[in-house]
Amino acid sequence: MNYLYHLYMEFLANYNIPKLFGDITFYILPFCILALALLVVVLALVLIERKLLGWLTQRKGPNRVGLWGVLQTLADAFKLLIKENVTPDKADKFLFNLAPILVFIPAMTVLGIIPYSSEFSFVNTSTNVILYLILVAFPILSIFLGGWASNNKYSLLGGMRAVAQVLSYEIPITFVVLSVVTLASSMNMTGITLAQYSKTGLFGWFCFPCILGFIIMFICILAELNRCPFDLPEAESELICGYNTEYSGMRFALFYLTEYALLFVNAIFLSIMFLGGYLSPFGVYLSNLFCANMHTAQILVYFEQAFWLILKASLIIFVIIWIRATLPRLASFDLLKFSWAILLPLSILNLFAVVIYKFISGGAVCVLS
Amino acid sequence: MTTATTLKLNLGPQHPSTHGVLRLILELDGEKILSCEPDIGYLHRGMEKMAEGLTYIQYLPTVDRIDYLAGCFYSELLCRSVEKAMNVELSERVKTIRVILLELNRIASHLLWIGAFLMDLGAISPFFYAMREREMILRYFEKLTGQRMMYNYFVFGGVRSDIDYLEEIEEIIKILPSKIKDYEKIITDNPIFLRRTKGKGVLEQEVAFNNSITGVNLRASGINYDLRCSDYLYRDFDFSPVVLEGKDSWTRYKARILELKESLKIIGQGLEKLKSNEKFEQNLINPLTVKLPEGEYYNEIEAPRGLASIYIKSTGGDKPYRLKWRTGSYYSVNMLRHLLVGEYLNDAIAIAGSLDIILPEVDK
Repeated sequence: MNYLYHLYMEFLANYNIPKLFGDITFYILPFCILALALLVVVLALVLIERKLLGWLTQRKGPNRVGLWGVLQTLADAFKLLIKENVTPDKADKFLFNLAPILVFIPAMTVLGIIPYSSEFSFVNTSTNVILYLILVAFPILSIFLGGWASNNKYSLLGGMRAVAQVLSYEIPITFVVLSVVTLASSMNMTGITLAQYSKTGLFGWFCFPCILGFIIMFICILAELNRCPFDLPEAESELICGYNTEYSGMRFALFYLTEYALLFVNAIFLSIMFLGGYLSPFGVYLSNLFCANMHTAQILVYFEQAFWLILKASLIIFVIIWIRATLPRLASFDLLKFSWAILLPLSILNLFAVVIYKFISGGAVCVLS
Repeated sequence: MTTATTLKLNLGPQHPSTHGVLRLILELDGEKILSCEPDIGYLHRGMEKMAEGLTYIQYLPTVDRIDYLAGCFYSELLCRSVEKAMNVELSERVKTIRVILLELNRIASHLLWIGAFLMDLGAISPFFYAMREREMILRYFEKLTGQRMMYNYFVFGGVRSDIDYLEEIEEIIKILPSKIKDYEKIITDNPIFLRRTKGKGVLEQEVAFNNSITGVNLRASGINYDLRCSDYLYRDFDFSPVVLEGKDSWTRYKARILELKESLKIIGQGLEKLKSNEKFEQNLINPLTVKLPEGEYYNEIEAPRGLASIYIKSTGGDKPYRLKWRTGSYYSVNMLRHLLVGEYLNDAIAIAGSLDIILPEVDK
């Protein structure tokens, strides 16, 4: 991030602001920006989902608040903020209040380890894929905690379903991630992204040698996110609202926020693993092609990289919403059976196939930044 | 027999998928249902007792509310009882009008069921698709009768006015077959749908028979029992009752889809009849002087949720001495006691949904 650092210091020096201030804020500022960006992303995602579902089901979706309803989710969020926080009488009050916070923190943290562009990744550890897997699996514990502490039978059943579901779908995900790590010879998301670089653009992406893994991972992500057709933990026609039945006001908003933040993060992770992350699908960045003469070209490249990543994630999110509009819910027994009897063997098979592929192709050249 | 290892769950009365206010007292082991006890009466409005204090014409507008999704059938039953008791013959055109409206109403009811059933299974789109087609029918009813659900269109000896806007019915029967094809594309062979309905909630013939199950639920268990075949209104119509052998939730779904097509066929024939018989005449009974001669009167009809019947005991006055309704869902609710035991909670919702239970009709 040296380039950005110098740029920032230069900017501050122009206004005679002490260097110490810049040194401190340079590391804090991105996180504040990220937190705000997350809120915007979530608000946008909720609106997009409602609009898309509306169109897919012959309705108009929200169209009253603001132009084309763009302010609808903002109004909803405001309503949740001013609503009373009700704690059920017989609930375990401490745990009940703790669960929404615990569910929110990992979802926020995980955003910091994602490489949005080649220079823009806040926490870049050498094995951040593993860190990611841990952080993303963490909210499920809080979901169970919330379900149990509510002292509501529907919440309890929802929490139980969530734990059973996520446990069984974590394992295929781990195997698939392992195969990607093998392909890339790296446990770092930036490393994995760069390993997918090729002159031919999108043909270097891992979704081609590892197509089976891509499909398995996509299915598992649906299950991890409790999305249709795996939305059993919050099946509204069975468990009213599942684990968050008793939550209201801001606490409910935190659960809701986490759900969409995780949707965004998982889609990003999937594009990093298989769709080349922030790499351009044309093999060469458009801003290098067209604006190479401008002295801000390097900054433009960063924005373009973030644009590609978010575009890929958006496509994945679109498919996820599309699936929600199409499929009914799985039966609870089938859900577990599908993971253990089909996805798990397939993911192991995928790992073997990838290892053999890697052996034959003589080991891809690993380009680390 | 609640023990420490089982969980007692009150499913309802306020619950998204009990289609009204049904309360199921479930005993769960994990998510497996050990016993199920339906508790009804949360929507009881005293329809039967109320009849004893009202004259027949005062009572007529309220009977639509017995089943808000298929009100015509209950109006028809009350009208039929009065007409038969007072020996009034309906004219041919009025009979045809009634058949067309009854079948339109049946289609609207089945469409709503398809949507709600898929909603129970977690699919949202079919609900909106089905509602869109149902909306066409309700719009037509609104135009004709001024009401979207409580039509109050049949009167003793005829109908309120001659049928109109026939081109809209023609539009409906032209559009619906292609829409039904769409439903079948998105639902019928969907592997998840098949897994959740095939072989689930098997209703054996003997059990169904002993529990007085009627209507589509019975015909999907392979018993050919469709009252329309012997109904005097349907005498001149050519249709075949839908009888399937599967006995499970999926068959009940399929039977309703096929029944939609049969109903469309009947409406088509009805429209032909209306065109060949333009003369609108009625034998209206003066509603203020309706008095049923002393005796007992029983009439029945094939409603969307099974056999519906009315029993009136009259002492010769202008009000019934005693009036009793028999509705299909009431017996379907009782079946839950047997069908749900041993199933998982989310299959249980699907099975209960497949029986097409409407609570106002159960509680009356």
